[in-house]
Amino acid sequence: MVRAISTLVGLAFVGVLALALFFTAKDAIQNPAPEAAEHEFHLHPRDAALSSAGYFGTFDRRQVQRGFQVYKEVCAACHSLKYVAFRDLKEIGYTEAEVKAIANQWVIEQPSINPDTGEATTRKNVASDHFPSPFANEVAARAANNNALPPDLSLMTKARHDGANYVFSLVGKGAYRPQPAELVEKFPGAKTPEGLHYNPYFANLNIAMPPPLTSDGQVTYTDGTAATHDQMAKDVAAFLTWTAEPKLESRHAAGFASVIFIAIFCFLAWGAYQNVWRDVKH
Amino acid sequence: MSFPWAKHYEPKQPLMRWLDEKLPVPRLVYNAVGAGYPVPRNLNYFWNFGVLAGAALGIQIITGIVLAMHYAANAGVAFGSVEGIMRDVNAGWFLRYAHANGASMFLLVVYIHIARGLYYGSYKAPREMVWLLGVVIFLLMMATAFMGYVLPWGQMSFWGAQVITGFFSAIPLVGETIRVWLLGGYAPDNAALNRFFSLHYLLPFVIAGVIILHIWALHIPGSNNPTGVDVKGEQDTVPFHPYYTAKDAVGLGVFMLLFALLLFFSPNLLGHPDNYIEANPLSTPAHIVPEWYFLPFYAILKSFTADFILPAKLWGVLAMFGSILLLFFLPWLDSSPVRSANYRPKYRGFLIVLLFDVILLGYVGGAEANARNVILGQIASGYYFAHFLIILPWVSRSERPRPLPGSITEAVLAKHGGTSPAQTALASN
Repeated sequence: MVRAISTLVGLAFVGVLALALFFTAKDAIQNPAPEAAEHEFHLHPRDAALSSAGYFGTFDRRQVQRGFQVYKEVCAACHSLKYVAFRDLKEIGYTEAEVKAIANQWVIEQPSINPDTGEATTRKNVASDHFPSPFANEVAARAANNNALPPDLSLMTKARHDGANYVFSLVGKGAYRPQPAELVEKFPGAKTPEGLHYNPYFANLNIAMPPPLTSDGQVTYTDGTAATHDQMAKDVAAFLTWTAEPKLESRHAAGFASVIFIAIFCFLAWGAYQNVWRDVKH
Repeated sequence: MSFPWAKHYEPKQPLMRWLDEKLPVPRLVYNAVGAGYPVPRNLNYFWNFGVLAGAALGIQIITGIVLAMHYAANAGVAFGSVEGIMRDVNAGWFLRYAHANGASMFLLVVYIHIARGLYYGSYKAPREMVWLLGVVIFLLMMATAFMGYVLPWGQMSFWGAQVITGFFSAIPLVGETIRVWLLGGYAPDNAALNRFFSLHYLLPFVIAGVIILHIWALHIPGSNNPTGVDVKGEQDTVPFHPYYTAKDAVGLGVFMLLFALLLFFSPNLLGHPDNYIEANPLSTPAHIVPEWYFLPFYAILKSFTADFILPAKLWGVLAMFGSILLLFFLPWLDSSPVRSANYRPKYRGFLIVLLFDVILLGYVGGAEANARNVILGQIASGYYFAHFLIILPWVSRSERPRPLPGSITEAVLAKHGGTSPAQTALASN
């Protein structure tokens, strides 16, 4: 009885699946899926070879500071960094006084309320403030950017596959390039629309962001490093790796200690196991 | 407890004797996971996974309670509060990564625990109730894991909630009403987030309760073993403590090692990058995929693409829930009196195919839905249902099992190179 019922139920599911398979196969033969330009022309990110990568990765503080300088002078014009506070900069090697100065001199001010009139106003940033958004709200951001919204960068390197390398590749040398002729030839409908920019590292190949880094020496590094295009891209990727995962170093250190501790536990547990079971065949 | 030769709890200290008279909790522990529970002597490492699942639940509850002290279940601030935990709470990153990866570890050990049960026939008489309660725990875990994934309120949280609650709208006539009632709105929003948080906090304790029943039901017949042969006498068993506490400690160490590697060195390996983007109802991600542990079921859902009497979506939802609910009937679908697949050559073959089939379903569930993957998913889903509902009932009737060992002790001694009755007698101490 059980066998009969279960066989019937099983045959119902298998039958419907067979029917679905038949229609899927028929449809695949009759209307083969069109190839997409982003399948063929999308590129995997280049390796930025950051010191934070790998099991024992740590931040290169000078590089992260240079990356912060790139963010400050280039990216911050459009991109917010809302989960990071000025005080956090102490973690990448700035002193208390430097942090206060950076906050105080930050071009975009913090939204505030006039204590006398209650009217909306702005005030200078202090160390405990989070980085202010360059735009008052989403509508203002879109209005200033051809209806595109510059995303917040705090978590960017965790919000994309292979994020640090992605950021490096996306803004690095040669990423922005003319659309390949063979792409337009093969996919006439995939021509980069007016106002967008061709970039093979971007998921759908056409990005709204204009090229942020355009020439060597765009930023003058205070530590004297030659600001080549790729160097700036690499540094900003290092900075955004830190903003997305500020506790990376303590995580790696704690992991190293934990693994050693647990390995010793495993060794002792194995010894105890051998000892307890020594007279019992099993 | 289960066998007449089980050791009895005899407290020697006056304080313990006093406690035993008033509230015999030490006695309960002694009989449940102490020397008072006789266990077959031949259990292999697959029998570690019940204890590991218990440990994983403990880790989830402890990290979860602390996380809840810092998390804010409000659609406006939930995402930011999680970032606050990651950045400003002392060791918050550790708690959150432990909880997120702990869920994966929990599901991983539970899947191995279930596979162990399938292979060694642990679902069969007299352990049907143990199995049924286990399926209840699994269902509760899936609900808890799903609702927990919604809490960070990232893009995958939001769209996952949208897709999963959308299943209910497949129910004819009243589906949409039920969906809106469950969500407390037309789309996932603050009302949904709040109730998910409430239930996500509640269900782990329900799971803990059902685990107590699961262990209680197990202790009546006692544990199964790799031969599937019943315990015949005292020589077949060893006391749980110290024998299996020692063995479980080894397994727990390996579990913790793997967990630590994941947590400290690749905490985002199993997550989706889109969940680091705050939920946005106006922007649908390119590919909505659940966490890895739901992918096989997601693949089954997606495989039903043709209308036949019922709409395709309803077939998919029925099949997806059916694929788990059919486990409730497993003890009666399999009529073979032999438990262990080691002695059931045909069943063993089909079961190994099922294992690869589920892994294939997992791949398809996460892969792009092109024609090749959809067809692979349809074949794999077909085998899944055929295995449990057609192959298993018929194979269990027709196959001729290999000869079973006379007893657990005999099987152990045969493994060590001797089967004479004299040795069997010797091994009884």
